[in-house]
Amino acid sequence: MSARVLVGVKRVIDYAVKIRVKPDHTGVVTDGVKHSMNPFCEIAVEEAVKLKEKKLFKEVVAVSCGPQQAQETIRTALAMGADRGIHVEVSGKDYEALGPLQVSKILAALAKKEEANLIILGKQAIDDDCNQTGQMTAALLDWPQGTFASEVTMDGEKLKVVREIDGGLETIKIKMPAVLTADLRLNTPRYATLPNIMKAKKKKITTVKPGDLGVDVSSRLEVLNVEEPPQRQAGVKVETVDDLVGKLREAGKI
Amino acid sequence: MAASRALTRVVRLGSHNINRSRIFQFNGLQRRGIAACIDPSIGLTDEQKEFQKVAFDFAANEMAPHMAEWDQKEIFPVEAMRKAAQLGFGGIYVHPDVGGSGLSRLDTSIIFEALSTGCVSTTAYISIHNMCAWMIDTFGNKEQREKYCPDLCSMQKFASYCLTEPGSGSDAASLLTSAKLQGDHYILSGSKAFISGGGDTDVYVVMCRTGGKGPKGISCLVVEKETLGLSFGKKEKKIGWNSQPTRAVIFEDCAVPVTNRLGAEGEGFNIAMKGLNGGRINIASCSLGAAHAAVLLARDHLCVRKQFGETLSNSQYLQFKLAEMATKLVASRLMVRQAALSLQEGQPDAVALCSMAKLFVTDECFSICNQALQMHGGYGYLKDYAVQQYLRDIRVHQILEGTNEVMRMIIARSLLAES
Repeated sequence: MSARVLVGVKRVIDYAVKIRVKPDHTGVVTDGVKHSMNPFCEIAVEEAVKLKEKKLFKEVVAVSCGPQQAQETIRTALAMGADRGIHVEVSGKDYEALGPLQVSKILAALAKKEEANLIILGKQAIDDDCNQTGQMTAALLDWPQGTFASEVTMDGEKLKVVREIDGGLETIKIKMPAVLTADLRLNTPRYATLPNIMKAKKKKITTVKPGDLGVDVSSRLEVLNVEEPPQRQAGVKVETVDDLVGKLREAGKI
Repeated sequence: MAASRALTRVVRLGSHNINRSRIFQFNGLQRRGIAACIDPSIGLTDEQKEFQKVAFDFAANEMAPHMAEWDQKEIFPVEAMRKAAQLGFGGIYVHPDVGGSGLSRLDTSIIFEALSTGCVSTTAYISIHNMCAWMIDTFGNKEQREKYCPDLCSMQKFASYCLTEPGSGSDAASLLTSAKLQGDHYILSGSKAFISGGGDTDVYVVMCRTGGKGPKGISCLVVEKETLGLSFGKKEKKIGWNSQPTRAVIFEDCAVPVTNRLGAEGEGFNIAMKGLNGGRINIASCSLGAAHAAVLLARDHLCVRKQFGETLSNSQYLQFKLAEMATKLVASRLMVRQAALSLQEGQPDAVALCSMAKLFVTDECFSICNQALQMHGGYGYLKDYAVQQYLRDIRVHQILEGTNEVMRMIIARSLLAES
C-alpha cells in the first residue's frame, strides 16, 4: 500500500483583485493580473500535510493543471509541506476551455498511475465556483467521496468525515481509497516558513501532458458571453405594508 | 493562509463608504500589493516572491489588525514577534547552523518591506533584532554564536543595539561608556540613550571604550539583562515607534566576562558600522512598506471621496500627485534593492550605496506618506485612519541608524576620497 495523497491545487486570480470583464466579453482579464492558489486548495494542502504529519500517509503529491505558471502554485504547495509536484501542462485555448470534467479525468488517471490512496481537493475554485471536480473525480474512479469536509479523522481503516450541509453537520464513514473536498472550516492553512520555501526549491516537479495520461481535454462547453452583473439600482422606501404590497404587484413580483 | 481567513472577511470587503468603513481601513486587502505598476514583486525570482508572499500574509493577518492598538497602548508584541520568528524572521540573514534562515540582504529587504505594511514599528524592531543577531553570528566566536544566536533567531530572547549615548549621537566614535579590564572581566560604566527595546530585551550588544580616544579604542561587548549594575531609564514617550519601548541603558560597574567580547579589542566600532550598513537597508525597507501602504490607502480614498460632484480621483492635480508618489516609491525601491545587492556581493561601493539608499528612501517615503495623509483631508489627521500611523512611525527613520545628514557625510567622503 503506497499511502499516497494526491492534492489538486488550482491557480486562480487572487481573491483581493477587482475582476474586470474583457472588452470582447469572452471572459475576464487575466493578463498581468495577480494570481495565487485557490484558498480552498490551500486548505486541502494543509489537511494533506497534517495527515502526513500524523503518520497516516507517506507522501503528499501536489497536482496542478495549467500553463507554465501553474508551477508557481505547485511550489507554494511544496513550501507548505507537499513532497513533490506534478504539473499537467495545458495551455492556450485548451486551458481556457479546461473545466471540471477534464480535470477530474486527469486526476482520475493520475490517481491510478500514482496509486494514490486519497485525493483531497478544495470544495470549489473561487473563479468558476463549479464545485464539481471532486464529485466527478470520485465518480470516474468509483471511489467514495466526502465533500464539504470540515473535519477528517481516521476511524480504524475508514475515514470519518464531518460534512457541512444545509441542515447542519453530517458525519459519514467512508472506505479508502476516497476523494475529499475541503470546506472553509477544515483547518487554518499554515504559513510557509522561510526554510521550507528554500527546501521546496529542491523538491521535484514532473511535467506531463494530458495525452500522456490518455485524457482528451476537448471541452463540450462553449462560453457564449461573459458580462458584469447588473449595476445595483436604488431602492424605494415605502411607508406602509399596503404600499409595499402595491409596489411588489406593480413590479410583477407577486 | 491570508486568503482563507479573508474569505470569512469577504462579506466585510463590500463598501468603501467613508462613514461606515473606518475600521475597514485596517483591512489586509490594501496591503496585498495589488496595484500593477507599484507591485513590489516585479523583478523578483519565484523564490523571493514566495518569501514576500509569506511576509505579506503574515503582516496582513498577524500585524495589521493590531497595529493601531499596539501604537495606542504601547504594547511590545512579544507573541506576534515569536510567531514571526517561527517562520524564520528572527535571524533572516544569520547562518542556518545557528538557527538563522541564511537568506541574502535582498531577500531580507523584500521581507521587511512586506512586513512593514502590517506595522512599521514592530518590523523596525525585528530588523534591529536581526542586526544584533547577525553581528554576533558574524563577529562572534564559536561559543558566542552557539550561546546567543539560536535563542535570538527563535526570539526566545530579544536583542538591543547600544551605540548612542546622551553625549554622542552622530559623533558616535566619541562615546564615553568605558570598559576597564579587571582580570577576566570588563567593568562597564556609563550610559546609552534611545535604546530600542531597552528594558524589555535580554541581550544587549554594547559598543564601549576599552582603549584610547576615537574609533580604534572601541570594543563590542554582549551584555545580558541579568548583569548586576545594569539598569534602565524611564520609558520614553515618542510620537511613533510605540510598539517598541525606548529607554536609556545604564551601566554602573557592570562586570561583563571578557569572553563576551565580539572580535578583538578595538574592533567594536568597525563591527558597529558593519551592522549599520545592513541596518540602513532594513530601515529604508521599512519606509518602503509604509509608503506602499500609504499610496494604496490614498488611491482608495481618492476613488471614494467625493467633492464638487465627483470623486477626488477625477482631479488632475491629485492624479498627478498620486503619479509622483508612485514614481518616487518605485525609484526608492530600486535604490534599496540595488544597495542590498551590492552589500551582499561585497562590492566596494556598498557602504556609500547603503547610505544613499537610506538617505533617499527615508526622505522620499516620508514625503509620500505625508502626501497620502494630505489627500485624506481631515480624515488623515484622525487616528482611526492608518495613514497617520505610517507617517509618525517612519519619521524617525530619517534620524536613527545614522541621521540623513551623516549619510551625506559618508557619501561626500566617498566621492572626495578619490581626489
